[in-house]
Amino acid sequence: MAVKVLERRPLSFWERTYLPQVLGGLRVTWRNILRPSVTLQYPEQRPTIPKGYRGVPTLVRDPNGREKCVSCQLCEFICPPKAIRITPGEIPATAETAHVEKAPKEFEINMLRCIYCGLCQEVCPEEAIWLQNQYSMTGTTRAEMVNNKARLYELGGTLPDSHFKWDHKKAESERQAGGHH
Amino acid sequence: MENLLNDLLTSSGLIFVGVRGVILIGIVMTIAGYAVLLERKASAWIQGRLGPNRTTLPFVSWIPLIGPFLRLGGFIQPAADGGKFLFKEEPMPSHVRKIYYVLAPIVALAPALATIAMLPFALLPDGTALALCKGADVGVLLMFAVSSLGVYGIALAGWSSNNKFSFLGAVRGSAQLISYELAMGLAVLPVFLIASAPGSDHGLNLTAIVASQEGLWNIIRQPLAGLVFLVCIFAETNRHPFDMPESETDLVGGFHTEYGAFKFGLFFVAEYGHMIIGSSLFILMFLGGWHILPGIPQIGTGIIATLIGLGTFFTKLVLFLFFFVWVRWTIPRFRYDQVMRLGWNVLLPLAVANLVLTFIYYAYAG
Repeated sequence: MAVKVLERRPLSFWERTYLPQVLGGLRVTWRNILRPSVTLQYPEQRPTIPKGYRGVPTLVRDPNGREKCVSCQLCEFICPPKAIRITPGEIPATAETAHVEKAPKEFEINMLRCIYCGLCQEVCPEEAIWLQNQYSMTGTTRAEMVNNKARLYELGGTLPDSHFKWDHKKAESERQAGGHH
Repeated sequence: MENLLNDLLTSSGLIFVGVRGVILIGIVMTIAGYAVLLERKASAWIQGRLGPNRTTLPFVSWIPLIGPFLRLGGFIQPAADGGKFLFKEEPMPSHVRKIYYVLAPIVALAPALATIAMLPFALLPDGTALALCKGADVGVLLMFAVSSLGVYGIALAGWSSNNKFSFLGAVRGSAQLISYELAMGLAVLPVFLIASAPGSDHGLNLTAIVASQEGLWNIIRQPLAGLVFLVCIFAETNRHPFDMPESETDLVGGFHTEYGAFKFGLFFVAEYGHMIIGSSLFILMFLGGWHILPGIPQIGTGIIATLIGLGTFFTKLVLFLFFFVWVRWTIPRFRYDQVMRLGWNVLLPLAVANLVLTFIYYAYAG
């Protein structure tokens, strides 16, 4: 590689006095004073959350109000800091969602352990666990920092769904059952 | 009542002088506190922030319009800062030389407050200056002498802390102050030369110096001396870019590394006290003191003129303090060898040359 030697211009008298540079600097800072401040007054003003933000992990329901989690425990297994603890439970045969495999009896995410990596959301086959917009999670006790199932659903709310996987499965199985008869 | 007020203002009785002194110290400490606020606010504006705008008191926040203004302007913040310093635990490191460690902040602050006695703020209707120590003919000499004692506080703090960073800061500070003292003294000599030219009876008296600038401010007559003096007061007050004793990037906290709570607060106030003195000196000697504009000696008569003069002086002081802050957040700290080179190789020869040229001018042309 050819080396290009740049000729450095010697400093002029005024540059060596450093005074014009000081004045230039003062001009820059003066213009900054006149510029509006960029401070976000936090508790009153909230930041806009960018799309795809990984906030506190939450559980969501589908538009029909069914809890999406089927307690397959994949998130529990993949969770690097082992923050998730799921107690699987059966769905009673009389329930409207009896065709769904399972549902979690209890679902706990320990926010003192969670590292917000989003692997649980990535691994979930049911799209049931989502890292949403909540960025501030506080509590005064350790117990308060463990989100239980009720709290997770409260935080998660409902997300739009386009597949309705289990409804399709139910319709399919009913169609097959009907065809054999 | 009127008699008492008159006594309070003019009597030379010990008690009255003492009361005047306490009032003056109160005023200066308040200005120092608000200079800290100015520093915080101006730095915030320069950096695109808002600065302190939360602190308020219950009964203040109830006042409509003014309450929010005081809160957003941070006007209660100095009280909160001071209160915090007061009520913090006073740690005493086990490895310090205790007497000198406690003495150092006092030694740093006392000269700053003592010098203020010499400062004339305005001209009273009877022609004397509004100052604690009015008409002291050695005014400026005394000011330079006493304010230079402030370095003992820094040196003592650095040495008694028994900490290498503190010590380095103290050594830097002392060397820097001694170096710049020379150029500073030489830079103001032409001012006195002009003021006490043959035929005028102005001496080393600050009031007389201001009076001699009635027609033309000294910054116009002596721009070079003004520049050298300006740089020197930045160095003498240990403000950026001559922040050698503190140098928080390389010396942790400099000379006050081991200090906390109110002892640190005293150092802090002393720095701003020195700023106020430096600014006042510059205003009195180069910016026409209480004259509003060059060529306009006095507006109004009697007490009105005094008040306008006081307001002018105060406005100039605030603007100059802002200039201090503005420079601080503009120029990065010089390297130590650059500071020394600037002091000895540039400012001192410049001051000497300026003095000699002024001599020649007044000897042959003036």
